[in-house]
Amino acid sequence: MKASAFAYARATSVVNALELLAAHGDKARILSGGQSLMPAMNLRLISPELIVDIGELAELRGIAVKGDILTIGALTRHVELLKSPEIAAHAPLLADAIAHVAHPAIRNRGTIGGSLAHADPASELPACVVALGATIIVRGPRDERRVAAKEFFTGIYETALSPQELLVAIELPVARKDSSHFFHEFARRHGDYAIVGLASQALIRADRFTELRLGFFAVGDRPLLAEAAGKLVNVTVTPAVLSEASSALGEELDPQEDQQASPAMRRHLAKVLLVRCVSTLLSRSDLAGAIA
Amino acid sequence: MTAAVPISLHVNGERVEAHVLPRLNLADFLREHLKLTGTHVGCEHGVCGACTVRVNGEIVRSCLMLAVQTQNASVETIEGLSDSGEIADLQAAFRDRNALQCGFCTPGMLMAAQDLLKLEAEPDRDRIREHLSGNYCRCTGYQAIVDAIEATARARAGRAP
Repeated sequence: MKASAFAYARATSVVNALELLAAHGDKARILSGGQSLMPAMNLRLISPELIVDIGELAELRGIAVKGDILTIGALTRHVELLKSPEIAAHAPLLADAIAHVAHPAIRNRGTIGGSLAHADPASELPACVVALGATIIVRGPRDERRVAAKEFFTGIYETALSPQELLVAIELPVARKDSSHFFHEFARRHGDYAIVGLASQALIRADRFTELRLGFFAVGDRPLLAEAAGKLVNVTVTPAVLSEASSALGEELDPQEDQQASPAMRRHLAKVLLVRCVSTLLSRSDLAGAIA
Repeated sequence: MTAAVPISLHVNGERVEAHVLPRLNLADFLREHLKLTGTHVGCEHGVCGACTVRVNGEIVRSCLMLAVQTQNASVETIEGLSDSGEIADLQAAFRDRNALQCGFCTPGMLMAAQDLLKLEAEPDRDRIREHLSGNYCRCTGYQAIVDAIEATARARAGRAP
């Protein structure tokens, strides 16, 4: 189908975009890369009255490292993250994940800010920013506010953004040199939305996790930072310990049913990912069979 | 403000000036306004890849881009790549290996394949499949398409196909 009619405004600055949002509220939608917005409009799932195109706002582009903070402008495209030496060095989890985001033609247009603001619970980047403890920088009509990634996602396609606010950047703590990460997703076709996925960041000392963050996606209405990770930190992980963590994960999840999978299948696949993640990060092949 | 917006861009090297409604996507602009019907419209939500074109040298879904977003851009379609001879060898390889039946997906396939061959000299079959993962073929299957791209890569690298 085709999108229904709408008015179009090419924003000339962030301030200009905010003025347009202030004037039109939830009747307006921000267009960045358009790779989620355009399908939704073509399918007539949404029919905004005004499209505010922020595509030419150079001030929202780019990747910068300052001290131990990595800042990514909202308009930075997936392809730019994929090719960035800063991302590869300081946020390798993100670099791994981006390769799974859709297909090359879509990564050439899609932006990180657009993906986060769209908040599809099955998409990779929301889970990554939750696992990495990122901060989302949001600008409103009067001021700027900072929202912890974990608090940013509030439901299916729902975020802490108000209709008058614009997501302008993402801040990530620079990955420690001794940290490790794991990313994997199950999908019918490479680049499709995941049936279940896991983005994880960890610190390991003397064969134990001293920190473990497990960001699951496509297991509920928003990315989930699994509390079951707590059962694996500062202990020697045995098959019994992992099995207990896996059971705890199963109880924590509230997966949805859709054409791709039942809740039971999603719960099972999430546990498979947990076991693969832990055995891979700890280099312990003996753990690979431990599913409760 | 739903009125037509003036745009100015290059399409296959030629300057184009037009007035377009904001809701018009790039695929329909190319097909309906410029009569460049080699760009095909399949799913209209970014899944099938039939509408793949180049914008400023990079492949994109023309169904997921508004014509108004191409202001000052350089757009290249399958007609441009074909007429310039840039993909003559790739097209010949598709023909030789029966890498198409109905041909609906072929312009998008050629666009995506040429994009990969420009990025990597000799991609292996897994890389070829990964790069084409966003392009559906519903009749031939992918084996012959991957064969044709692999053969073209080898020939371009100066090796026997």
